[in-house]
Amino acid sequence: MPINTDSDKTFELYETSSSFLEMWVRLKRNKLAILGLFLVVSLVLVALFAEVIAPYDPVQIALKNSLEEPNSAHLMGTDVLGRDIFSRIIYGARASLIIGVVATSISLVIGVTIGAISGYYGGWLDALMMRITDIFFAFPFFLLAIAIMTFLGASFINIFIALGIVGWTNYARLVRGQVISVKESEYVEAARAVGAKDARIILKHILPNTLTPVIVYTTMNIGVVILAEAGLSFLGIGVRPPSPSWGLMLAEGKDFLFNASWLVIWPGIAIFLTVLGYNLLGEGLRDALDPRLKP
Amino acid sequence: MISFIIRRILQLIPVILGISMVTLLMMSFVPGDPVALMLGQHISPQTVENVRQELGLDQPLLTRYLQYMWNALHGDFGRSYIQHQEVTQMLLDRLPVTFRLAVVALTFALTFGVLIGILSAVKQYSFWDSFATLFVLVGVSIPTFWLGMMLQLVFGVILHILPVSGIGGEGLHLQYYILPGFALGFASMTMYARLTRSSMLEVLRADYIRTARAKGLAKRVVVFKHAMKNALIPVATQAGMDFSSLMGGAILTETIFSLPGIGSMLFNAISRRDYPVVQGVTLFLALVFVVINLLVDISYAVLDPRIRYD
Repeated sequence: MPINTDSDKTFELYETSSSFLEMWVRLKRNKLAILGLFLVVSLVLVALFAEVIAPYDPVQIALKNSLEEPNSAHLMGTDVLGRDIFSRIIYGARASLIIGVVATSISLVIGVTIGAISGYYGGWLDALMMRITDIFFAFPFFLLAIAIMTFLGASFINIFIALGIVGWTNYARLVRGQVISVKESEYVEAARAVGAKDARIILKHILPNTLTPVIVYTTMNIGVVILAEAGLSFLGIGVRPPSPSWGLMLAEGKDFLFNASWLVIWPGIAIFLTVLGYNLLGEGLRDALDPRLKP
Repeated sequence: MISFIIRRILQLIPVILGISMVTLLMMSFVPGDPVALMLGQHISPQTVENVRQELGLDQPLLTRYLQYMWNALHGDFGRSYIQHQEVTQMLLDRLPVTFRLAVVALTFALTFGVLIGILSAVKQYSFWDSFATLFVLVGVSIPTFWLGMMLQLVFGVILHILPVSGIGGEGLHLQYYILPGFALGFASMTMYARLTRSSMLEVLRADYIRTARAKGLAKRVVVFKHAMKNALIPVATQAGMDFSSLMGGAILTETIFSLPGIGSMLFNAISRRDYPVVQGVTLFLALVFVVINLLVDISYAVLDPRIRYD
């Protein structure tokens, strides 16, 4: 009669556990990835509960409090219009998160669609789509975003469009490579043999197997987009004043760098910690989702 | 080799045509009438129409595109709305500053990046390896323009040891390029550290390195004489492509440090809605990017014959 020991129970749990649980167990062992997760979750919570956390209205002008150093009333000081820096940082998190997620989503949808179609069908369609990809790749990422924003004009929607459009090429190349390696698999052949349509094969059989690199890249890309938005806002072609945006805060603060450096230090730290969080989490997910680590 | 070069150049033609089309198309997305924007208010409609005809903006898009490409092939990238100067001349005047900045940035990036990468690979799992990991993670997360401002604050204001803006007048004053060069090259530094580390680790595991060690050669000789030159091939080719990215990415750095380069020219053109300048600079930098990448591909094929038959 078999004895049900602890090691047997563990083995049983391990055998029946989901891939998500396996991924989580591996991720938990990576301290830097957990730090990244903490930073990202903190950003999301700050963005969601900005009204509760922020002590002041971020756009409320109070000239009598202009350029106050950090103190008990204003933890990070005030800017030239007397607005509380801490509150603007909090609300800026919301703008950054929305722009990061929406623009990345646009890049993902465009890039995955083009990459999947290109990789699956091959031939002249693949050649045409890859030439279009090459054209977009030929522009330095930030330069193209600047050019698009200059011509479209500064607004939230235009930021989504600009950063979404310039970012799709990496997704397309990533997914195309994955699709090419997966499309000749036996299960895909089997699906074709039973009469499944191309769209169904791509959506149900091929794309789910390309998810791992897409998830990793998406996580890190959100950080890149947030950095790009900060740059665009700094140049005056991103988020428009008086909406709080970290890049805009840096632009407004740069003229006071030498006598009110807090105007520049805090938004920069906010951007740095946010992007660091996404990069650490992305690196951690890459290690945790690596199939070579599976037994 | 010649057929490889010809093949790469032919592949480039549709890309160049595409770049020029995208750049010209962007102009057509300008909200409002660009001529009216240029001339301002209180100008008669007849004057607006005359200027539109003079600039060829009344022509169909295809005609304007062909005219623009024909002009661009002859080095004419249009005329600034604000300064009424040829964009080509404005580019040539400012190119030396951007070029110098990119060279300094690349020098910093390669020097520190390669050094950290080598240390990290040779002393794997040690303090240097951990430092390199942290360095890379921090480096890719710091906004370049914020780093530039912090460098100005520390080295210019607090320590007073380096200039924080301008180029110091006529002639080459290298000290003015140190802070902006370091700021611009920092992100690339982290990339080279990572690239050098992974390339070096791969090379250090090769049989010929094991043989060198077995022969009793000093570690320094093994690393610097045998391993390094092979480990640096991908770094060298990446450096070529990175140079053009640095030129195209200098807009924020030049703005912060008030350097009169192509980047700050672009920033001024954006602020003033000087669309021909934005268009001309975008096209110019994209073409530089494409041509330098072509040269890098060719040099890679010279270094590694397997690439020619790909």
